[in-house]
Amino acid sequence: MKLELTRRYTFSASHRLHSNHLAEAENQRIYGKCNNPFGHGHNYVVEVSVTGAVDAATGMIANLSDLDAYVAREVLEPFDHTYLNKDVAAFREVVPTTENLCIEIFERLKKFPGARLARIRLEETGRNSFEYAGESMGAKHE
Amino acid sequence: MVYLTRKIEFSASHLYHNPDFSAEENRRIFGKCNNPNGHGHNYVLEVTVGGDPDPTTGMVLDLKQLKEILEREVMDRMDHRFLNYEVAELAGQIPTCENIAATIWRLLDPQIEAQLGRGHLTRVRLWETSDLYVDCYGEDPTRGNGGMR
Repeated sequence: MKLELTRRYTFSASHRLHSNHLAEAENQRIYGKCNNPFGHGHNYVVEVSVTGAVDAATGMIANLSDLDAYVAREVLEPFDHTYLNKDVAAFREVVPTTENLCIEIFERLKKFPGARLARIRLEETGRNSFEYAGESMGAKHE
Repeated sequence: MVYLTRKIEFSASHLYHNPDFSAEENRRIFGKCNNPNGHGHNYVLEVTVGGDPDPTTGMVLDLKQLKEILEREVMDRMDHRFLNYEVAELAGQIPTCENIAATIWRLLDPQIEAQLGRGHLTRVRLWETSDLYVDCYGEDPTRGNGGMR
């Protein structure tokens, strides 16, 4: 039986979309309102999907309290109520678009020891979301 | 391939307890879910059937038939029940979201295959709470989950 367990978490953070490799005018043209120098914030929703065999003794793919603790330590605590551009080292040089944030979250969680990380889905608002399943994306549900 | 999804909701109670574990281990591994009197959830089940629409009817599967199957196989069996004690298919298993989703797949798959439509069960998604769900894709890797998730 192919099973995948998904847990939803939320965190709130601010960011500014601005590339050091582009001129001011280019930044404004490409990023629009998101280039506002003071930044702006979102309530992000992260869906973490893990897969693997169901342990016959526990009935679980992964123990939820282990997953919750891991996600809290690796993602929620370092990101929640921060300004991503300044407070998270990974985004000092990389533009914290939700695409890049989605990849960063995947990279932080892929070593979760309890089960195999299948995918990260990140909602920036209720109207847009991004998914990343690692380098093998496209070969989903192999 | 077109995917059709029907959603139903059922309410049930359960508890997590493995008789092979000590009382202390049960509490450590299962936490609050080990409360001996059980606790309940409003489960939301999304059942997805994939297939090419029949050229005559334009349907992947007759929704009325799917509704009847869900009523009989899931609602009658699990709604307002204590899953550990009242659902034979879950006997001897810990009724986690994983095991319930896999059990529902096993119940629905042969029933949907027996219908005249061209659809096959493609995904069972079971929400236990609004922040936790399990997807089951069955065992047949050719069974069309390549195009959907």
